[in-house]
Amino acid sequence: QPFLPPSGEGCPRKNADAVQDRDASANPSSPIIAVFKVFQQELDTKHDKYERLVKISRDVTIESKRTIFLLHRVTSVPNAEDILNEADVKLDAVRQKIGLIAEELRGEDIYQFHRAFTAGIQEYVEAVSFLHYIRHRSLISLEEINARLVFMRTEKVDPKGSDEALPLGAQVLTFHVTPSDYLLGVADLTGELMRMCISSVGNGDIDTPFQLSQFLRQIHDGFSYIGNTGPYEVSKKLHTLRQSLGKVEDACYALRVRGSEIPKHMLADVFSSRTTLLDPEEGVV
Amino acid sequence: HHFSPDIRKVVQILEQNAREILTVLQSVHQPSGFKEIPSKCARARELFCTVRTQLADLKTKFPVEQYYRFHEHWRFVLQRLAFLSAFVVYLESETLVTREEVAQILGIEVVREKGFHLDVEDYLAGVLIMASELSRLAVNSVTAGDYSRPLRISNFINELDSGFRLLNLKNDPLRKRYDGLKYDVKKIEEVVYDLSIRGLAKEPESGVDK
Repeated sequence: QPFLPPSGEGCPRKNADAVQDRDASANPSSPIIAVFKVFQQELDTKHDKYERLVKISRDVTIESKRTIFLLHRVTSVPNAEDILNEADVKLDAVRQKIGLIAEELRGEDIYQFHRAFTAGIQEYVEAVSFLHYIRHRSLISLEEINARLVFMRTEKVDPKGSDEALPLGAQVLTFHVTPSDYLLGVADLTGELMRMCISSVGNGDIDTPFQLSQFLRQIHDGFSYIGNTGPYEVSKKLHTLRQSLGKVEDACYALRVRGSEIPKHMLADVFSSRTTLLDPEEGVV
Repeated sequence: HHFSPDIRKVVQILEQNAREILTVLQSVHQPSGFKEIPSKCARARELFCTVRTQLADLKTKFPVEQYYRFHEHWRFVLQRLAFLSAFVVYLESETLVTREEVAQILGIEVVREKGFHLDVEDYLAGVLIMASELSRLAVNSVTAGDYSRPLRISNFINELDSGFRLLNLKNDPLRKRYDGLKYDVKKIEEVVYDLSIRGLAKEPESGVDK
């Protein structure tokens, strides 16, 4: 134990004197202050970049979400092609934003800033894979996604006179979606596909549910195989995925068993009431 | 490829190394320990050799460009090692170790592009851990009969505090750790106050103009 326990009570030399003395010893030209000014700049620069990435990522999220809403309308319009073309245009704009992310990340360790833009990228994966499914009835691969995230930039004159093999004035910038972000985006896609399944039934389309069911089952089986070996977020989404798959499988069951008995315009109601009554744990594979 | 298991094995060894160094340095808080500060610092420096070897090994366990992907694995122990480096240097010279010096002691880089490096925030966290250790040392100095050391520690910590005030911190772990600095400052001020009202404190050689 200390001989003189530090005492706080009854301290007449109050804080004002203490602060004065403190500042007196903080010589503005002291080496410690000088070095902390450098730290200040370093931290500010990093935080500024992080914030810029957050802002771009938010734009990516919003536009990707709007594209998804747009794509849902294909089940209720006669000419799906217009919608698909519009979605292409929107996603091109999103890709340009991702190009801005790639620029910010140039020369950086992407994992230092990953949290800033992961949400936006997952949303983009969801949107682009949704469009791909509607067109091709298959799952877009990570390679295909990354192949479209290659950007050409006209380079300003390089003052260091680098001896790169690239022609003067051009530079290739790439953005790589990580396998983890890809998986998480695809997991979210299954939720949209489940919605699409329910709404397509309501529109009298009784083929789509069965196609979707098969497709979702394959995705689900893929995720099950990964199980808990992937990132933690994937395990969480696996649970939601099972629910989505369950709803779709129940929709197919109901169609198979009772589809012919129910007027088409009431089919959707049957599914929504049946699926919401169902305990999420039941009907899970 | 799973890098984490190999990384974790080396980190565990590093944590053990850090505990050994801390054990050596902790003893300066005992009254008898004060006289032995130089030899304890020398011993600690010897133990840092092992740390350098381990960190050199750690570098090989993952792709060099993915430092921040795995940073969380070693963040804690690297901050401890930064603290221990700062503590040794303070005991030796009563100055603030620079980031470059810490990197040298640990055998790592300062600049990310050059390889496995010491992130500025991990360096700062280490400095803040040292501040707590110094507030404890101020108290125990008095117990051991050294009445001038607390004044020097007080000036040093106040300067650190002024430095940290320049930083624009986000609401992250570093900021929370910085929030603890004011308690260290206060504790040391109280020690200094106790000494001064009892007439036990002399102005330190590198005096402050009042």
